[in-house]
Amino acid sequence: METGRIVFHSKPQPGLKHMQRADFKKFENWGVVLAAAILLVALPYLNAFTPESSFLHVSNFTINLYGKYLCYAILAISVDLLWGYVGLLSLGQALYFSLGGYMMGMYLMRMIGDLGQYHKAIPDFLVFLGWTTLPTFWKPFSSLPFALMMACLLPGLLALLFGFLAFRSRIRGVYFSILTQALTYGACLLFFRNSLLLGGNNGFTDFKFILGYDLRSPTTQRALYIATVVALLMVYGVCRWLNTTKFGLVQRAIRDSENRVLFSGYAAGNYKLFAYVIAALIASLGGILYVPQVGIINPSEMAPDKSLEAVVWVAVGGRGTLIGPVLGALIVNALKSWATRAYPDMWLMFLGALFVLVTLFMPKGLVGLASQLRAVKERVLRKRQSVNKEMPPAEMPPATAAENNLAK
Amino acid sequence: MNVRLPFILVVACLACLTRFASAAPAAADAQVRTNLAAAVLANGEEQQKMLIDLANTGSKIVREVLVGWPRDQVIVYESTNGKLPAVLEDEVDADGKARAIRIDNGDFLKDDKGDILHLSPTDVTPAESDAALRSTIQKALDILALSAPDPDARRAAVQKLGNSARESNLQVLKLRLEKEHDSAVIKSIHEATALLELGSADPARQISAIKNLAKLDSIGSLDTLKRLANSKTNAPVAEAARGAVNSIEQHISAINIFGTLFRGLSLGSILLIVALGLAITFGLMGVINMAHGEMIAIGAYTCYVIQNLFGSGFGFSIILPFHFGSHPISFGLHLPGLNATGLLYESYFLFAIPLSFIVAAIAGLVIERAVIRFLYRRPLESLLATWGISLIMQQLFRMVFGANNVQVNSPSWLQGHFDIRDLILGYNRIFVIGFAVMIVAGTWLLLTKTPLGLLIRAVMQNRGMASCIGVRTDRVNMLTFAFGSGLAGLAGAFLSQIGNVGPSLGQTYIVDSFMTVVVGGVGSIVGTVWSAVGIGTGDQILQQVSGSPVTGKIVMLIIIILFLQWKPGGLFSIRSRSLD
Repeated sequence: METGRIVFHSKPQPGLKHMQRADFKKFENWGVVLAAAILLVALPYLNAFTPESSFLHVSNFTINLYGKYLCYAILAISVDLLWGYVGLLSLGQALYFSLGGYMMGMYLMRMIGDLGQYHKAIPDFLVFLGWTTLPTFWKPFSSLPFALMMACLLPGLLALLFGFLAFRSRIRGVYFSILTQALTYGACLLFFRNSLLLGGNNGFTDFKFILGYDLRSPTTQRALYIATVVALLMVYGVCRWLNTTKFGLVQRAIRDSENRVLFSGYAAGNYKLFAYVIAALIASLGGILYVPQVGIINPSEMAPDKSLEAVVWVAVGGRGTLIGPVLGALIVNALKSWATRAYPDMWLMFLGALFVLVTLFMPKGLVGLASQLRAVKERVLRKRQSVNKEMPPAEMPPATAAENNLAK
Repeated sequence: MNVRLPFILVVACLACLTRFASAAPAAADAQVRTNLAAAVLANGEEQQKMLIDLANTGSKIVREVLVGWPRDQVIVYESTNGKLPAVLEDEVDADGKARAIRIDNGDFLKDDKGDILHLSPTDVTPAESDAALRSTIQKALDILALSAPDPDARRAAVQKLGNSARESNLQVLKLRLEKEHDSAVIKSIHEATALLELGSADPARQISAIKNLAKLDSIGSLDTLKRLANSKTNAPVAEAARGAVNSIEQHISAINIFGTLFRGLSLGSILLIVALGLAITFGLMGVINMAHGEMIAIGAYTCYVIQNLFGSGFGFSIILPFHFGSHPISFGLHLPGLNATGLLYESYFLFAIPLSFIVAAIAGLVIERAVIRFLYRRPLESLLATWGISLIMQQLFRMVFGANNVQVNSPSWLQGHFDIRDLILGYNRIFVIGFAVMIVAGTWLLLTKTPLGLLIRAVMQNRGMASCIGVRTDRVNMLTFAFGSGLAGLAGAFLSQIGNVGPSLGQTYIVDSFMTVVVGGVGSIVGTVWSAVGIGTGDQILQQVSGSPVTGKIVMLIIIILFLQWKPGGLFSIRSRSLD
């Protein structure tokens, strides 16, 4: 039903709509520049160069917290790239996020050296499991480049394999969602096992150093924060560029009507596969940056509800835009941080209610709220103008814009 | 109630005990006591014979004395009236002295003035016991254990004797065999006898014992037989033992196969019950109900509430973290219970089954009216909204019933098991299988034989057309969703009998049940049945083969993904020319 939705071939509405889009683009551009300036320059500057007593001072805790949120924002973009632009609701993006995190975690575990509780050259949990020497597959993880390479290869290959199988047999819509959920569920079960030698249900924690720098020092954390902002901006830029290409156009066409794309001679499956692998890599990037800042990674990060939570961020922020997921991730997580402290029992209720209300009343999320309100206002005005005339469709489905472009 | 039931049991046990004690002066017991007292004072072979005779009475008093004897707790007190045999009590007072109970009449040992004596264990003369006597006492204790009233206790005693490797025990077993009525115990006695005879020096007896063990498919004797099969002292015996080992191992693998199949079938039935509701809401209506798991939990919690209403009542109170003025907002509820016991209490489950259906169906109805009806055209978004609902409901469960698992007691008629030639079939598992069959039959009847079923199928096949010819699709949706949710509630009632009931009960099953529906073919009830049985059995077989439940589950997930390559529409996909 996702792809078979009725598409109104209404005449392109003159003037108003296009002006809104242009307005929004301009707004988005300025917004992004402003946000980048604040996040990339202002916050670290205020953290490093203002005295702690100052009103403007940004604490280390805040920097760390925002670093975490921005990693989530990267994950949210990866969800949105699939859901908002290709129409694939993946309920397993947190799996790729965690896989990236685990690879980074393995490097960080090696960097602890013999400073662990048991003072052995191998990670504590291995000592606990009765190992005396390092298992072979752990050995190369002493090098950061290797860990980063694996953090690309492992999620990339898994996404390639899973995506290939799924798209080859044309699994789409909700089936795809359910399968991705099963995938992350299976991986979660697997990582809970001690025999995988990846820390079992405790995962990795107690990291000490990264590239020789002390992970707990504010300077290192600030550097990681800046790296996260840069990564987010790069992901944003790449995705934005991708959407201006013909590839992006085909992607959106697949979202709006996959069958038509197929009948026009495009191999929709390959386009989807490409998008799925890219999204997995983006998610993994988020995970790589997340682990050193949060200081722990364990299998519960792969649990199905983590992926669903990421979908909430996108839904709240507004899918089908790139700024929406980032906004959603920041706002929902800030809300979570506040609510889990103020009303620890009620947080799940907030989240659940937020989800229901957003789905019901704000299908375009926060970003679409303005245009939604404008549409309501317009409708009221038009009703007042012509009581007897039949009402034109109030919203143009997102289908038409992309399709019109494709048809040109 | 969950506190209450064990409490009642304890009280009942205490009542039994005190009755036992007060019934002690009965005539039979008096005779036993007199004989016992005489036996303590006797000696030599006569004493041994008396003890064996006493053991054959099966009396509890004999047991107490015999247990205390080798520990020097049986004493002979020299009173003015002659020797009085008595048993020292375990409890000692501040001076390390204990009271003693006279064996001949069960009263406390008193001095001439009639005051209860407190004796120090070092001052008294314990009744003599030499090696021969001690072995007789052991034998008498074995005989006593063999005459325990509980068949399971008797079996355990028989098995212990069988493993003792003392041929002298053969005679004891033989005596018991004459009196025994319970078939399971008789089988155990045969097995134990054969096991003891294995140790015999006579090869002919050994071989006949081996043959007996093979005939009895005695799993317990496998280790002993293997040892014999590898021994090189006597070729014919080893040969016979090898044959027996083979035959028993075949028996074990047969049990494993049937056991795995049975467990697979029962797991499949659970999956089926859980997934059937989903097959209705997801398969027929196209709504991805992520709150399906919470509907299951509603059913399970309904069971819990009904059980408490039959017991001591049910109540809860919630304090919200908000304030109205200076008062925290809170609300609560307390329902008095029936305080039923016995059969009436156990029949709660019969009431809980229909109620769990109704409560879950009502919850489903509310959710459908409030949220889902706005999302029929947006299936992916129905997935998200229902997930939000599931979070809210989980939190509600936590607030009302607490974050921990609650205790739901199985009625006694669901406990216990059949034992068919070492194959153990639990009643609750058999019940689940039977119930799955009933639910499927009921669903099939509803869908094919009732007007509502006709409407459901019409709306499912072509909503627009059904609406055109006057079907109120909105109402049909509502009822279908309520029915699907009700089925989930029934599933919950059953899961409460075989697993834990907690706020995240539903989450355990949600992925599995979605997989079941997808593999079966969305929209096909028959497909759901086959895929549930297939996945359940496959899961159990993989568990057996890989030796770990988690590996089995992961392999099963991979198999399912590969299976969907072959049949993307599931087992029984509905053929249609429409594009999605």
